[in-house]
Amino acid sequence: MQIMAIEASGPVAGVALVRDHSLLAEYECSNHMTHSESLVPMMEEVRERLSLDLTTLDALAITRGPGSFTGLRIGAATIKGVGLALNKPVIGLSTLESLAFNLYGTDALVCPLMDARRGQVYAGIYREKDEPEEVLAPCAVPVEEILTKLNDLGERVIFLGDGVPVSKEKIESLVKVPYSFAPAHMNRQRAASTAVLAEHLLETKGESVLVSADDFRPEYLRKSQAEKQREEAEAKGEMEALAAGRMAKDPHFHA
Amino acid sequence: MSENVTILGIESSCDETAAAVVVNGRQVLSNEISSQIDIHTLYGGVVPEIASRKHVERVNQVIRTALKDAGKTLDDIDAIAVTQGPGLVGPLLVGVSAAKGIAFAKDIPLVGVHHIEGHISANFIAAPDLVPPFMCLVVSGGHTHLVIVKDYGVYEILGRTHDDAAGECFDKVARAVGLGYPGGPKIDRAAKTGNPDAIVFPQGKVAGSEYDFSFSGLKSAVLNYINTQRMQGHEINVPDLAASFEKSVVGVLVGHSMRAVDTYHADTFALAGGVASNSALRAAAKEACDARGIRFCCPPPILCTDNAAMIACAGYYEYCHGTRSGLDLNAQPNLPLRSMH
Repeated sequence: MQIMAIEASGPVAGVALVRDHSLLAEYECSNHMTHSESLVPMMEEVRERLSLDLTTLDALAITRGPGSFTGLRIGAATIKGVGLALNKPVIGLSTLESLAFNLYGTDALVCPLMDARRGQVYAGIYREKDEPEEVLAPCAVPVEEILTKLNDLGERVIFLGDGVPVSKEKIESLVKVPYSFAPAHMNRQRAASTAVLAEHLLETKGESVLVSADDFRPEYLRKSQAEKQREEAEAKGEMEALAAGRMAKDPHFHA
Repeated sequence: MSENVTILGIESSCDETAAAVVVNGRQVLSNEISSQIDIHTLYGGVVPEIASRKHVERVNQVIRTALKDAGKTLDDIDAIAVTQGPGLVGPLLVGVSAAKGIAFAKDIPLVGVHHIEGHISANFIAAPDLVPPFMCLVVSGGHTHLVIVKDYGVYEILGRTHDDAAGECFDKVARAVGLGYPGGPKIDRAAKTGNPDAIVFPQGKVAGSEYDFSFSGLKSAVLNYINTQRMQGHEINVPDLAASFEKSVVGVLVGHSMRAVDTYHADTFALAGGVASNSALRAAAKEACDARGIRFCCPPPILCTDNAAMIACAGYYEYCHGTRSGLDLNAQPNLPLRSMH
């Protein structure tokens, strides 16, 4: 079985290739270029280095979200294009599930935190012993809520992700269970984790984990600001004001 | 010029997800457009984040439909042309990323296309015998450019707007009088029964630059008029206001264009962009061209709106010229129009 995974949900652009439980390529880069500039050239490099025939892939894998809206879309649109061209299905993993899998094998709980800005983190809680298990589903919440939940669970925990630096003070003051932080080589999104976990899921759960490239879409976990405004307007019976543009920001090309 | 080059065009710069297959730049085999206008109408304008999300949901189906309607597969495609900019960055990135994914997976050459170059090129599809040079006015929701098309991909920009684009002005005025979004077609319809001489609005000229435009003064004048009328308790005659506003916009657009036509002795004048669908603008431009005995070109509305056939057409001429984009092609929301070679 052969799976190519890509990563664009956060600070890291990444590509990995797994073939029959062997990781043949792993290429990660956090630079100041956008994923749009980095990602496909990295895929091209992996193909060249491995002399890979893309038609022999069984599936494509990606972190479907949460993450940076723009990053998720760059990854999604890229994988949709590749999937359309090769007629290959997609396995979309939760970004948090993939992050937690970085630490597979630990006895501790794993708590990936991603910086969601506006005083929130994207977070989940996982058990990575034996079969990976979701203890708390991905959510966008103030970090205090997650820390309270971890205190309630009462087990040792390892934190990782780009939400750690912004949450560090709160972790240090609020967490009552033993905790530690993942080392640098394990604490960011890794396409290799996505590739290996995708292979595992495809083997154990079968085709139910596959989605067609046409139907694949990111999971943002958050509505857009405009959709929230619309819901408020609907609740207050102010849809006319919304449509008159008094609530939405002016749209045209001054992006 | 290469024979039988088949180009897949992809366009996603604003709120239309579009794909098309075009042979040799001018023979349109398919032109699929998935509009999001119903969603954005709820908000009174295009919401970039929502537009971006919708593009991701629809991009594959739109490309598939374009290929199927053309009776082609990706194996028949010689190059992919994709709108690189200008436009909204989120929407642009979806088309660019999907195009690169396909180009990478199938080893198909990739050509990044300027959106305005696409609009100009719509004229090559609409008028199969049209060849440069000609004078072209590009007017849309995001752009107002008066351009000499010297050759394929070679432009001299004579004038542009200093502030709002013409189409933007239509949207704002339509919104202010409660016609809603999108403003262009709604003003056009309302103006048909109005008196264009009912209200005198200023024409958007720029001191010292005879081909540049400015629409913010006109926009303010219209908004002031509306406020004053409302404060005095007068009903606003929407058709009269629409017709008078349109007269002012069309007057300056056609006036500048014909001054350029006369100065540069152009024998052909073309309209392009979404606002080129405006019936008053088309009529006035045609009349002015007829009076001069020069050729007038204007694409049908389906090629004036954002579409991918025009992108494939522009991409074809770039492709023939040897232009190739790398897999690091990025969306460029403020990409300036300049000659590609």
